[in-house]
Amino acid sequence: MNPASALVVRDLSISFDSRHGSITAIDSISFQLAKGEILGIVGESGAGKSLTGNALIGLLQGPGRIAGGEILLDGQRIDNLPPEDQRKIRGKRIGAIFQDPLTSLDPLMSVGDQLVETIRTHLPLTATAARGRAMDLLAEVGIADPAKRFGQYPHQFSGGMRQRIVIALAIAAEPEVIVADEPTTALDVSIQAQILALLRRLARDRGTAIMLVTHDMGVIAEIADRVAVMYAGRLVEIGPVDEVLRAARHPYAAGLMGLIPSLARREARLPQIAGSMPRPGHWPQGCSFHPRCAQAGPRCSAEVPVLASVAASTVACHLFSGGTALPKGT
Amino acid sequence: MITLVLRRLGSVLLVMLIVAGLSFLIFNYLGDPVNNILGVNATLDERDELRRTLGLDQPSYIQFWHFLERAVVGDFGISYRNRVPVLELILSRLPATVELVVCATILALGVGIPMGVYCALRPKGFFSRLLQIIALIGISIPQFLIGMLLILIFSVELRWLSAFGRGDVVQFGWWSTGLLTETGRMALIMPVLTLAVFQISMIMRLVQGEMQEVMRADFIKFARARGLSDRSVHLRHALRNSLLPVVTVVGMQIGSLIAFAIVCEAVFQWPGLGLLILQAIEYADFPVMAAYLALVGFGFAMINLTVDMIYLFIDPRMRRK
Repeated sequence: MNPASALVVRDLSISFDSRHGSITAIDSISFQLAKGEILGIVGESGAGKSLTGNALIGLLQGPGRIAGGEILLDGQRIDNLPPEDQRKIRGKRIGAIFQDPLTSLDPLMSVGDQLVETIRTHLPLTATAARGRAMDLLAEVGIADPAKRFGQYPHQFSGGMRQRIVIALAIAAEPEVIVADEPTTALDVSIQAQILALLRRLARDRGTAIMLVTHDMGVIAEIADRVAVMYAGRLVEIGPVDEVLRAARHPYAAGLMGLIPSLARREARLPQIAGSMPRPGHWPQGCSFHPRCAQAGPRCSAEVPVLASVAASTVACHLFSGGTALPKGT
Repeated sequence: MITLVLRRLGSVLLVMLIVAGLSFLIFNYLGDPVNNILGVNATLDERDELRRTLGLDQPSYIQFWHFLERAVVGDFGISYRNRVPVLELILSRLPATVELVVCATILALGVGIPMGVYCALRPKGFFSRLLQIIALIGISIPQFLIGMLLILIFSVELRWLSAFGRGDVVQFGWWSTGLLTETGRMALIMPVLTLAVFQISMIMRLVQGEMQEVMRADFIKFARARGLSDRSVHLRHALRNSLLPVVTVVGMQIGSLIAFAIVCEAVFQWPGLGLLILQAIEYADFPVMAAYLALVGFGFAMINLTVDMIYLFIDPRMRRK
């Protein structure tokens, strides 16, 4: 294990128990986050990005549960801790930022009180000290005139401002890791850039590791250090952002990158990947992408590919580990 | 914010004016006051004399103005039946009803809200399913039936509680209270329970429904992600956000409790306003009816005003600079 890793996820599986048995939604994914690193997680809706994020902050909603694997925070296993200990880690060591800043804050409590409440939950500070810290946090995330803004309520802030407050809440106890689930999706583009710059600064100045869940390639290109591509509950490719964006190896990842419209070429029709992603419980045998894959061979429908190193990236595709033909003797 | 309060006060005044108009209509045009007071055997001269003294020979709007003038200082005339000033009659009955309603409301809130919170947090638990069934029964049974069942059990069979009246009361000026004596407290139990059963059930279901809704909100998930304790997430964030509709409904319910304590008071022979208005209707005692209408209207308006103020207090979005 890399000693500088803030967070290590090893063979994490998540399944949902239903009357018809257990359905696997995340199948044995592994990745790690170094201190100060921003890891982008991309994939279609339903690929399991948000589910992974929820598992990290210990907020999987029933009937979902961690079915296997482990999550290590700074070398210490956290996924099997009792709920009360997990709660103490939430907000203190792993912060979270959600998609919609308009609904993330309690509308009946002033933003200052929400900050003080969060700070005092995790740090042994007096009310006055917590108040001072809350002001500092507001200033840090770029809220002008914190003393005046402290007593105001969420509805008195714009969407971008509210997301700044959400970020202030997420970093209130200086967590080592932040899970940001689509933090800019609900914001307009100019505000997006400001929020991304703020996240970038947090990673650089505080050494906070950020796991950024998104389906916006522009966001990834702008601030991520590495990218992980998910498809149908599996990690199909993970590597440095330049490598993956410019030369993705996995056919799905490559297809996904090919979808980014470019101003340089004008097309009558925007490209798309034929077919749709299978829902959990309906994954095909073998590589779950093979029914949509132009390069699929007989082996792809028989055997689940495992992650293998290709240049600087790691890819789960038979094309890069022995070919798509069935091995002799089977 | 002050303009908001003033505007609310303005609408209260308007409502009161309309209610006063209705009372005035009852007072002056339902039956003939002169007949009511003098009886049918009075002479024409006597009638004209009284008509002049009462101001009934003047145009309606002047009569209405005089009615308002008198109503403001609490003069609603003399009860036809009891031959005492209506105000005196109402004030002597008011404490009994207020005590009944206030106790029932406190009980309903004190039991209904915790039950609702419990059921919202453990909707599938055995105990909350049991509570929900009880609440359904509580909403479905008519009030008078609950009262009669209670009397049957605790007065007739067990002989623990008295089936009628207020017990001993202590007098403070014009206010009388049963809360300070043993018999007075015992006498409150059954009527309060009767009034509160429906309220408890309704508040419980309301709180449960609202809170389950709020618990799905993003800010609750985010509150958890901030690592707040369950207690804080549930009570400080989820419950507070669920209470707005509860405040509205409870406000309306207290108003109707005052008015519809009538049934409960009739069952328990509770010497409150409800019983007074029943008797007044029976004897066509129009001044009492008019005053009761004005009073209940006033009570409703005041409660609505209070609810609006509580809204302002709870929800910052309602406050405008």
